[in-house]
Amino acid sequence: MFNETHLNLNIKHTLKGIVGAVSLLSLAAAPAFAADGKLSDDKVKIGVLSDMSGVYKSLEGPGAVIAAKMAIEDFGGKVLGKNIEIISADHQNKPDIGASTAREWIDSKQVDMITALDNSSVGLAVQGLASDKKTITMNTGAGTTALTEEQCSKYGIHYVYDTHALPVGTATAIVNNGGKKWFFITADYAFGHSLQDNTSKVVKDLGGEVVGNVNAPLGTNDFSSYLLQAQSSGADVIGLANAGQDTVNAIKQANQFQIVQSGQKLAGMLVFITDIQSMGLDIAQGLQFTTAFVWNQDDEAEKWSREFFKRHGAMPTMVQAGVYSSVSNYLAAVKAAGTDDSDAVRKQLGEMKLNDMFVKNGEILSNGLMLHDMYLVEAKKPGESKEEWDLLNVVSKIPAKDAYIPLAESACALAK
Amino acid sequence: MSTQVIMAQALLGLNVGVFYAMLSLGLAVIFGLLNIINFAHGAMYMLGAFIALIGYSMLEEWFGISMEIGFWPSLIVAPLFVGILGVIIERTMLKRLYELDHIYGLLLTFGITLILQGLFSNYFNVSGTPYPGQPESLSGVLNLGFMYFPTYRLFAIVFSIVVCFATWYVIEHTRLGSRLRAGVENPQLTQAFGLNVPLMITLTFGFGCALAGLAGVLAAPIYSVSPLMGADLIIVVFAVVVIGGMGSIMGAILSGLALGLVEGLTKVIYPPAASTVIFFLMVLVLLFRPAGLFGKEK
Repeated sequence: MFNETHLNLNIKHTLKGIVGAVSLLSLAAAPAFAADGKLSDDKVKIGVLSDMSGVYKSLEGPGAVIAAKMAIEDFGGKVLGKNIEIISADHQNKPDIGASTAREWIDSKQVDMITALDNSSVGLAVQGLASDKKTITMNTGAGTTALTEEQCSKYGIHYVYDTHALPVGTATAIVNNGGKKWFFITADYAFGHSLQDNTSKVVKDLGGEVVGNVNAPLGTNDFSSYLLQAQSSGADVIGLANAGQDTVNAIKQANQFQIVQSGQKLAGMLVFITDIQSMGLDIAQGLQFTTAFVWNQDDEAEKWSREFFKRHGAMPTMVQAGVYSSVSNYLAAVKAAGTDDSDAVRKQLGEMKLNDMFVKNGEILSNGLMLHDMYLVEAKKPGESKEEWDLLNVVSKIPAKDAYIPLAESACALAK
Repeated sequence: MSTQVIMAQALLGLNVGVFYAMLSLGLAVIFGLLNIINFAHGAMYMLGAFIALIGYSMLEEWFGISMEIGFWPSLIVAPLFVGILGVIIERTMLKRLYELDHIYGLLLTFGITLILQGLFSNYFNVSGTPYPGQPESLSGVLNLGFMYFPTYRLFAIVFSIVVCFATWYVIEHTRLGSRLRAGVENPQLTQAFGLNVPLMITLTFGFGCALAGLAGVLAAPIYSVSPLMGADLIIVVFAVVVIGGMGSIMGAILSGLALGLVEGLTKVIYPPAASTVIFFLMVLVLLFRPAGLFGKEK
């Protein structure tokens, strides 16, 4: 017993020492702010914070790190004569882990910009925290419109897609083809609800009707019960307001129960090319959805994507391509502004026209929304596919102004 | 709510329940006979599914062997592989931990889980790869009167229930089973009668793992084969084992089936609670019957 107390005292003593050392260190780090025309800490550091091990791993995850590295390489590895560094971590789809990692990166690892941030709950938590600390976030992975609406921030940019842009194209096409009555299977968290609300609005505006919905927990293995509820609702269309593995499981199991064969349509509200590849065209064929990027949409995209494939073993999803684009444009803005000071870089980003293999004529609005065209695509029939990843036909282009919430209607205080 | 809907949902619940039962049965056998909390059970289930997948579609690409192991042979090959891996794990690692607290076995098997999951998510899509080898004879749907039900799922239900009860019968009602139980009750005395207790323990662990592998093969055509498929399930299965009673064979089977049903019905009555209802029941059981519904207080 005596020894134990002694040990405890020792630990306390050591802890005090560590705390002291850490506070000294942070004091030392504090004056590292950028003076005019200089880089803080003599480098630019990009943080890629993504789901590296869970349900969203294959659509962003390690592929996002590769995309960011490719952007840095294409930029020459240096900006304003100083090195560009990269750091990455797994947020495990947990907002608290995401936020504490971001805090550590900003406070003690000199990170200047954080990208990826798939998962809406994590995205909102990190954007809020980074804004308080005047650090730019370029969110490529999360869907919720709250990032640029109610919870918008001066330093938060939402880059690839949102839960307004996705359903607009898909739902408009389906309702106009006669799919008037909708039933939703919704992932039970911020993202799913946001997706369902926005889709419902589009459906109702076009004269359709929502006959019911069911909230399924994230990571549900067996959707058959929900699918049967959807089937008995008498809806024309079953809207899948979920993502990743959830969407794949739902579509696959709908196929087992022959739901499409018996006359109901499935509409994926957020589908990634990796999902189609995972399901196979036998099951996925004909599925319509909206995307920001198709790897073989043009020569420039295809050239980049094939290089990405060499390193990652899979073609890029729209969010992975978006990470490349966001990092490239961030670096371009740092170069143009001559500093990595967040206010100056954000101002520069707002004035640039974004043009690269991912985006054409994109612009970043005052609420942080990156306004760009979207595509309505359809999964090919198995016979039409020329190679393993040749999976999608572009049905139509959705002009940016139709896809996204207009700035004039934005609930964001910065939009006024 | 109509009887038809309830019947349909109950059958779907049973479909989930058979997987709970198969997995919790393996856990219960291992815990009952070895006193090891096998956290790697979910990984063994995942491994079973992946062996079926690799055997069917990747032998040529990966190993240059031009053959394919179909679904039926997989039902034997995959559990055999997983069982052998179990034997290796028991012989080389677990056996060193019997003298120590449960927590060491749990930590070791948890580590094994992380390694296996990490390995597979390195090579495979985390959102799942479809298993293409479902036999023609089991494709399609059956009209059960109250619903259309996929033939394969019905097969999986019947097959799993047969396996579960056969295991129970062997352990509770055969000579082999009685020797196993004697080995658990009093290893020294059993050994004195000339029975090789360490061998029995090794094979039991292998068998428990093989059961999980078999469940994995059965699950492959229904769900996508994914590196995390076991991790998603294992926590629930632990709850099932706790509710049934640690170490109780029949308890594991019956509570697995029953909790599948409960979960299935919750999906209709109050869907958001579907993933928590089992844990809620677990808390109730722990409060009022800490040894589990079928367990005996020691």
